[in-house]
Amino acid sequence: MSGRGTRVGLAVWSVLVIAFLWLPILIILAYAFNGSVLQTWPIQNLTFHWFHQAWHDPDVRSSLWLSVKVGLLATAVALVLGTAASFAIARFSFFGREAVSFLLLLPIALPGIITGMALNSFFYFAGISFSIWTIVIGHATFCVVLVYNNVLARLRRTSPSLIEASQDLGADGWQTFRFVTWPVLSTALVAGGLLAFALSFDEVIVTTFTSGAQETLPILILDHIERGQDLPVINAVVFVVIVLTVIPVVISQRLTHESGLVGTR
Amino acid sequence: MSVQERTEERHLESSPAPAVSLVGIRKAYGDVVAVDGLDLEIPVGEFFTLLGPSGSGKTTTLRLIAGFERPDEGRVELGGADVTNRPPYARDVNTVFQDYALFPHMTVAENVAYGLRVKGIGKAERKARVEDVLRRMRLPGAGGRKPSQLSGGQRQRVALARALVNRPQVLLLDEPLGALDLKLRQEMQLFLKSLQQDLGITFVYVTHDQDEALTMSDRLAVFDRGRIEQIGSPAEVYERPASAFVAGFVGVSNVIERGGKSFAVRPEKIRMSDAGAEPARGEHAEAGRIREVVYAGMVTRYLVELDRGGELQVVRQNLETSSAEALDQQGRNVILEWRPEHQLEIDPEPGETEGEQ
Repeated sequence: MSGRGTRVGLAVWSVLVIAFLWLPILIILAYAFNGSVLQTWPIQNLTFHWFHQAWHDPDVRSSLWLSVKVGLLATAVALVLGTAASFAIARFSFFGREAVSFLLLLPIALPGIITGMALNSFFYFAGISFSIWTIVIGHATFCVVLVYNNVLARLRRTSPSLIEASQDLGADGWQTFRFVTWPVLSTALVAGGLLAFALSFDEVIVTTFTSGAQETLPILILDHIERGQDLPVINAVVFVVIVLTVIPVVISQRLTHESGLVGTR
Repeated sequence: MSVQERTEERHLESSPAPAVSLVGIRKAYGDVVAVDGLDLEIPVGEFFTLLGPSGSGKTTTLRLIAGFERPDEGRVELGGADVTNRPPYARDVNTVFQDYALFPHMTVAENVAYGLRVKGIGKAERKARVEDVLRRMRLPGAGGRKPSQLSGGQRQRVALARALVNRPQVLLLDEPLGALDLKLRQEMQLFLKSLQQDLGITFVYVTHDQDEALTMSDRLAVFDRGRIEQIGSPAEVYERPASAFVAGFVGVSNVIERGGKSFAVRPEKIRMSDAGAEPARGEHAEAGRIREVVYAGMVTRYLVELDRGGELQVVRQNLETSSAEALDQQGRNVILEWRPEHQLEIDPEPGETEGEQ
C-alpha cells in the first residue's frame, strides 16, 4: 500500500521526533560529567567530581532524603487507597460507582496548579501548618490513580471466581491470599507503586503549593537554576533524579506486560 | 487423607444417606428471592441436572451446595452430614466453574495439583495423581503450559482435572460447556457422561440447555423463579411435563386450550395427513392449515393453524421428502392426529412460558 518513499519519509520523521524528545535529556545527562564549570559544547574533559560534591552537600542531602521519604509515604498511601478503591469498583456495583471512578481519575487530568492551589487554600483555612505531611497528601492525590488504574486493569483481566476456586479446592483464607490473590495482584501493585514513586519523586507544581520551608529535590534544582548557583552540582543531581525516575517506570512497564497473566475467559 | 480413611468414606458412600440433601432452603439477596422452599435429594452416583432459565435459582442452588452462599433458612447435607455452616474448603465437593477460573500464574500441572498441595499431600503422590488425571482428561504432556496457551476445550478439561484430582464425593459443574462451540459441546457431553459412569462420583450439573440436560442426566430438576417445578428422569420430564412452564422449557411449547383446559402435545407425536383423509379411530383429530414451513436439514417443522383455535408445531423427519416438497406444503389444509396418551393435561399458567427472566 505504501511506497518506498513513504516508508523512508516516515522513518526519518520518527527519528526526528525521538531526537526532539530525547536530545535535551541526553545533553543534560552529559553535562553532569562536564569537567568545566561553564556549560559549553563540546564537553572538554570528563569528571565524576560533581557527583562527589553533590553527595557531600548538606542541602542536596536533606532534599534527597525528603524526596525519598515523601515518595515512599505517598506511595504507601496510594497502595492502600488505590487497591481498596479498585476492588470496590471492579467487584461490586453500587450507586454512584461511575462517579467515584471519575473522581478518582480526575486528579491526574487536572492541572497540577489547580490541585496545588486548592490544597493550599484548604490547608490554610483548616489551620494545618505546612510540613512533610501536607506534601505527602498533595502527592497522594495523583499517586492513588496510578495504583488504582493498574490494579483495576489486573482485576478486570482475571476471573472473579479465582478466590472461590481456591477455597473450593480446600485452601483457607491465608492460603488463598498467599497462593492466589497475592501472586495475581503483586505485579500490578508493584508496577503501580513504582510509577507512583517516580511521579512523586520529580513533582514540582503541587509541591510548591503544599510545602512550607521544606525543599524536595526538584524544588532544590529549580531554586538553584533560577539563581544560577552551583549549576555543575545541580547537573549531577538532575542526572540522579532522571535515573531514579526512569528505572521504576521501565520496571513497571515490564511487570504490567508480563506474559501468562492474560485473562482466562 | 490416609488410604484407610478413604476406604471408610467409600463405605459411607454406599450407605443409604444421599450424596446431597437440601432441606427447606431459602435464599434472598435483598428483596430478590433467589430460591425458596427448596427440597432436593440426590443419591450417590447420580448424574443430576439443575435445568432452568437464567435467574431461576439453579446457580444459586449449586453455590449453596459448594458453600459459596449460606442459606437464610434450611439445611445443606452432604453424605448425611450437616454442612450448612461449613466454609467451602471444609466440604468434600469440588466445582468446575463456568469461566474455568484457572489460576493464570500457575502452569497446568500446578493448577491441577493445587488442591493436593493445600491439603499437604506429598510431592511424589501429587505428581503421580496429577499425571494420572491429565492422562484421563486426554491432556498428557500439557502440564508445563500456562492456561493462556491452551484452547477453550483444553482449559475446560484442565478445570475438570483440577476438580477431579481431589476425588470429591460430589462434583459440581456450573454450565461448564457454555463457552464451547456446538460440535465440541456435543463431544464433551458424551465424554462427561462416560467419565461420570467410570468414576461413580455424584455429578450436579447446572445448565439452561434442555438438550444437554436430556442427553446427560439420570434425573433433572426444572427450575423456575426460585422454585423446582418438576423432578424426574429425562423421559418423565419430557413426556409428562408437570406444568405449562416445563412443557415449554423442556422441548417445544406446544399447548392448546380445549374446553377450558390446557393440553400439551409433543410435535413429533403428531401425525399429519391431507385434509379429507379418514381419521384413525380412537385418535384425537384436529383440522387446520399449514401457516409456515421451516426446513432444518434432518427434520422439517410445520406450524399449523387450527380451525378450532390455537396453533401446533409438527415435526417430521425428512426421510424421503426433499426440501422442495416440504416447502411446497405451505398453505395446505391438513388433519392432525395423535394418540390420547400423548395428549397431556397441564396446569394452565397464563403468561408463563419459556425464558422470560
